[in-house]
Amino acid sequence: MDFSDAFLNATVLQKYAPSILSGVWVTLYLSAIIVVAGTALGLILACIRAGGWKAVNFVIIVYADILRALPPLVLILIAYFGLPGVGVLWSSNLVLFIVLTLILAAFAEEIFWAGITSVGKGQWEASRSTGLGFAQTLFWVVLPQGVRMGLPPLTNRAIAVTKMTALGSVIGVPDILNQATTAQSFSGNASPLTLAALAYVALFLPFVLLARWLETRFAWKRT
Amino acid sequence: MTLPILELAGLRKSFGELEILTGIDLKVTKGELAFVIGPSGSGKSTMLRCCNLLERPTSGAVMLEGRNIAASGVRLDPVRRRIGMVFQSFNLYPHLDALGNVSLALRKSLKLPRAEAAERAAAALERVGLAERARHHPAQLSGGQQQRVAIARAMALEPAVMLFDEPTSALDPELVGEVLAVMRELREAGMTMVVVSHEMRFAREAADRVIFMDQGAIVEQGTAEEIFGAPKSPRLQAFLARQAA
Repeated sequence: MDFSDAFLNATVLQKYAPSILSGVWVTLYLSAIIVVAGTALGLILACIRAGGWKAVNFVIIVYADILRALPPLVLILIAYFGLPGVGVLWSSNLVLFIVLTLILAAFAEEIFWAGITSVGKGQWEASRSTGLGFAQTLFWVVLPQGVRMGLPPLTNRAIAVTKMTALGSVIGVPDILNQATTAQSFSGNASPLTLAALAYVALFLPFVLLARWLETRFAWKRT
Repeated sequence: MTLPILELAGLRKSFGELEILTGIDLKVTKGELAFVIGPSGSGKSTMLRCCNLLERPTSGAVMLEGRNIAASGVRLDPVRRRIGMVFQSFNLYPHLDALGNVSLALRKSLKLPRAEAAERAAAALERVGLAERARHHPAQLSGGQQQRVAIARAMALEPAVMLFDEPTSALDPELVGEVLAVMRELREAGMTMVVVSHEMRFAREAADRVIFMDQGAIVEQGTAEEIFGAPKSPRLQAFLARQAA
């Protein structure tokens, strides 16, 4: 058996391409809602943290640190196999969405928080001295600067977390990888996995390039 | 006797054990330019920052147009619109152009419609001679131009008093003149101003009153001629001798 037969068997590819394509849609839509929800939740948490209530901030920090420390697969398995025991019956898609959203939110909160703290005290003072309130200053002066600084790391983190949708194959989410491993076991051939890899590259490479582009135009517009 | 626009009464400020202001009494009347001098660490900037409550005084009163704004329960945002502040490091918003810098508070704090805010911001930029720079971002402006935008930002709100915290200290010497020219113009237009600065020549020429501070207290005050021509206290004499050297 030669290399092309093992990895690029035309018959196998043709047969399983539709199911992998259906996996592409699952991965795509899960990724999209995870990025939106995770980023939004992270931003909200960072804004709350800027409010400076000690007890609340402690909870946010503990949350962010634990979710960043735990391997995502552990959380996915705990949620998927543990929650039914307390009467919570979530579909595998929902479990994956919630766990990855919470993980992305933890990272996004830290990124946005770093952005907020990187904006100098002088910006706050200038804004407050013109009569803008705390929330107005945060929204109109601090976040536009802080978020901009956070965009490159946030894009990288969003890619990393959305790639973890592949972990969903373990709990039966019909994503790209799940479709490919199923096809692989039916066909006894690795070509569906090659196709899956190609699908991932096609899906994520544009975002990797976006992150690269964001990194290059990090600086403020100058003459 | 005219009612002071701004009055500090028994103002004290401590940071932990360190007492920065040891009891300041100061009245600034309408249209007056009060010029504050003193060695670094004398509490000049802290006093100025207490005037708009960027620093909360430990005790004492800050009276703005007859009302104690340092009292608890006073909503500070509307009060701060009445007190313009210009900072040593300009503190322009880097993500907004000059017009955006000036119009932000007009729109969001004063709640003017966008067009009206833009009109008023453009007029303020015109007054500081930067009408044609309205679409430039801070990074595209010189230090002097940035500070003039910052003055326009404070001025556009039509405050009752303007505070200047070492407005020319961060500027290259050749850019100081344009900022002082704008301040001179403001004074001639009748703006009440409290200026903390080391520009003694400007003090001589433009100040109605010069206030010398040292170690958290006002040591001596008077007209520019009195302060510079016939300083009474040994501390002021020593300070002026150091300045001349």
